[in-house]
Amino acid sequence: MDFPFLSVITFIPIVTGLLLLLLPAERKNAIRWVALSAASLALLFSVWVYFSYDTSLGGYQFEEQYTWIEQIGVSYHVGVDGMSLPLVLLTGIVMFTGVLISWGVDDRPREFFAFLFILATGVFGVFVALDLFMLFFFYEIAVFPMYLLIAIWGWKVTREYAAMKLTLYLFIGSVVALVGALAIYFTADMQSFDLLELEQAGLSTAFQRFWFPFVFFGFAVLGGIFPVHNWSPDGHVAAPTAVSMFHAGVLMKLGAFAALRVGIMLLPEGAQFWSPLILILATVNVVYGAFIASVQTDFKYVIGFSSVSHMGLVMLGFATLNRQGLTGAGIQMFSHGVMTALFFAVVGMVYDRAHTREIPKLGGFRKFMPLVAISFIIGGLVSMGMPGFSGFIAEFPIFLGLWQKAPIVAIIAVLGIVITAGYIMRVIRGVFFGEVPKEFEGHITPINTFDKVALYLLSGILILVGVYPAVIAPMIETGAISILRLVGGA
Amino acid sequence: MIPSYDSSMILAILPEILLLAFAGLILAIDLIWRPSKQHNLGWISAGGFLVILVVTILFSRPEPAEGLIFGGMLRHDWPAFTFKLIFLFAAGITSLLSADVRSAWGKGEYYALIAVTTLGMNMMAASSDLIMLYLAIETTSIPMYILAGFLKVDEKSTESGLKYFLFGAFTSAIMLYGFTLLFGFTGKTNIYQLAEALQAGELSPWVLGGSAILVLVGFGFKVSAVPFHFWSPDVYEGAPTPITAYISTASKAAGFVVLVRVMLAAFPAITEYWSSILAAMAVASMTLGNLIALAQKNIKRLLAYSSIAHAGYALIGLVALSSFGAASLIFYLVAYVVTNLAAFAVVILFARAAGSEEISDYAGLSRRSPGLALALLVAFLSLAGMPPLAGFVGKFYVFAAAVQSDLIWLAFIGVINAIIGLYYYLTVLKVVYLYRSEDEEVPIPVSRPASLALVVCVLAIVLIGSLSGPWLDWAVDAAQSLF
Repeated sequence: MDFPFLSVITFIPIVTGLLLLLLPAERKNAIRWVALSAASLALLFSVWVYFSYDTSLGGYQFEEQYTWIEQIGVSYHVGVDGMSLPLVLLTGIVMFTGVLISWGVDDRPREFFAFLFILATGVFGVFVALDLFMLFFFYEIAVFPMYLLIAIWGWKVTREYAAMKLTLYLFIGSVVALVGALAIYFTADMQSFDLLELEQAGLSTAFQRFWFPFVFFGFAVLGGIFPVHNWSPDGHVAAPTAVSMFHAGVLMKLGAFAALRVGIMLLPEGAQFWSPLILILATVNVVYGAFIASVQTDFKYVIGFSSVSHMGLVMLGFATLNRQGLTGAGIQMFSHGVMTALFFAVVGMVYDRAHTREIPKLGGFRKFMPLVAISFIIGGLVSMGMPGFSGFIAEFPIFLGLWQKAPIVAIIAVLGIVITAGYIMRVIRGVFFGEVPKEFEGHITPINTFDKVALYLLSGILILVGVYPAVIAPMIETGAISILRLVGGA
Repeated sequence: MIPSYDSSMILAILPEILLLAFAGLILAIDLIWRPSKQHNLGWISAGGFLVILVVTILFSRPEPAEGLIFGGMLRHDWPAFTFKLIFLFAAGITSLLSADVRSAWGKGEYYALIAVTTLGMNMMAASSDLIMLYLAIETTSIPMYILAGFLKVDEKSTESGLKYFLFGAFTSAIMLYGFTLLFGFTGKTNIYQLAEALQAGELSPWVLGGSAILVLVGFGFKVSAVPFHFWSPDVYEGAPTPITAYISTASKAAGFVVLVRVMLAAFPAITEYWSSILAAMAVASMTLGNLIALAQKNIKRLLAYSSIAHAGYALIGLVALSSFGAASLIFYLVAYVVTNLAAFAVVILFARAAGSEEISDYAGLSRRSPGLALALLVAFLSLAGMPPLAGFVGKFYVFAAAVQSDLIWLAFIGVINAIIGLYYYLTVLKVVYLYRSEDEEVPIPVSRPASLALVVCVLAIVLIGSLSGPWLDWAVDAAQSLF
């Protein structure tokens, strides 16, 4: 039997999390090192799996399957394809950098890392799940610890409100999707929750059209689709840095991914039918999100709304239901995940030193932390879709696909990119350039080595994907092709 | 022809015989032992229940062929067996939790009454005759009334006992009236023979439906479903907390097994009629229970309303009217029993150390006792239906049963209620983990019996939640003999 890579990746975090709870709470440094080693291990394994995946074969690889609940046909079935594997890697990256960035957490770090790691297991679990029950199981595990992480360690002003709002939004979405999933299971009547089998269920067109919105939009809540995106900026802002990174970087992909895996792949005819609506809503996401971001004065809210805008591009890619669009959406999920993790890391570093996030009150930070400024600029260029950075590799195919599907939408959505360029430049100028306000002179401490490693890693990946897209594009394309086989529009 | 006696039948009621003997034994130990040793009664009692549990598993397992015994008074089958184990487990945990309650120290009768009420529940689970059923319900209830009012010096406890008694007596009188009507119309008391007599169709469905409603009043009281729930918040608040835990778990489960058995066995002629009544009760229980729970300041009252809501979720399993539905109900109850016991264990420990049951006083619990806070987290998340905990799988099966029976609207009402539930469970957890208090440095002592109970329950919650296969198999087996 092959080494169970995916299970190991999935369970490293939760096992570590439980072990951490057994350590004495006072030994904070030991706790941090244990957390970091576990995160590095998970990252190493995901890198290994990423580069061992055979793109020429495509399909699901590294599969493992064990019976779980025999009576109703639930099995523990994992495997990765071209769509999910980059997201597994992304989770590994964000988890690793998140631990690095959180070195300074001093209030109950044991519980902090434990909850963060339970969350990580939920995320890995969803990305590798090939069983509908299992996907739900891990999805809920991923949603809940967020509440505690935000409520306990978040920004004091809004954390209670934001944490509750986020949890309720996501829970509503997931239970609505759950009813839809149960309907799929019983209507398919195959005594199986296996996604690969359910794909072949041959559900009637009417059924698919009726249930698609429940399943797709239920999950898409976590993907931040308009008009149920409202939890996300509040949640991002209130969360502590590492959690914002996880949240915007990985969790929103979780929603989009589950909407794809369950909504589009199990109910392809429903997806065809509803794709115009998704196109409209996602366009609103892109343009409206960018507009709102451009009028924020709080640094973190700018990034929070930019996530709403960028996730709209992912949804647009899905809605095209063609090869370019889906490939672009897949790359965008990865690229946005890394980029937004980088953004939130930078915001956290600035805030920890300046104790304010009001852009008008900041300025000249490039003098104190040049590396941070450069990283943010790299992230900004990705965000604008500049060639040579990963954002271009993602957005270009999305717009190609969109042009084939609905040129007018493509034209409107491009507006979002223009606005993005505007607000990113404004932030760069306001925070990193210009005069240093007097109160900061001499009070700003440099960032530590852990922070530096995280920034190098994140910005390095963005550039690598930008200059050498072959590292990711072919893999995602195989995933897109297998989705199209189901949708029937290859 | 049902045989009236056979020596193998003794094995079927072995747990009940042992319970009776055990009740007497505890009273005897209480008399013999010096008062200084008597706080060990909790251990002894828990040990006794454990032994009976093991004996039941070893010797009282029903054979597939076995059915009615003792002239049709009892039925020896999987559902009865399953529920007996649930009751014995809950009684054992309750005894462990009681070991710390000062007013129960040196009171052998306290544990003896628990044993007797457990005996009554066991009979409830197995009864297949209206007369036997009534006796069993009373055997369960009367010791429970006394236990609820056990803290004689505490006004709230006395009120609780009295209220429980008045409500209980009233509803059981109405239920008894229903029983007499059924007997009057058919001349039968055995619920399985009743069904045949009723199915002949000579009786107007209105009359039959009327008697079904009267019977439902009594059962509704036992499971504390809306609109027969009014007693539960006051009783839960006033009763000694281990007894509250017991009433809210075992007693409720006992109500459910009777409800399921009688409704399915005796009234197949008017299934649509009673199932729509129960559907309405389920909706009302979930919605009202959850909404009122939102406003609670006292944790026992919060758990009381939450337990009303949980009765509603469990009823969905019965309303689904399928074998899988009944299995989901049984599974749900098992999950609920272990979860609620864990929640009450934390409440008991906290109340003993801090002398308060107000939710606002739970501030800083995560700093005072991280372990206890974690246990409460696990229990409340399980109640809210979060994986990988028992409550999630329980809700999943119940909603699945609803969807399978085309009751999608009911599943939707259920999931909406799950969201409301999540809100107030989170509110408590927020106080525990987020708010600070002045007593943060004061640790909370956790006694050995209580920590054992807590560890057992928390492990059970996680195990049932993550490896639900075998438990579901069991529930499905049990449910099959109900149809």
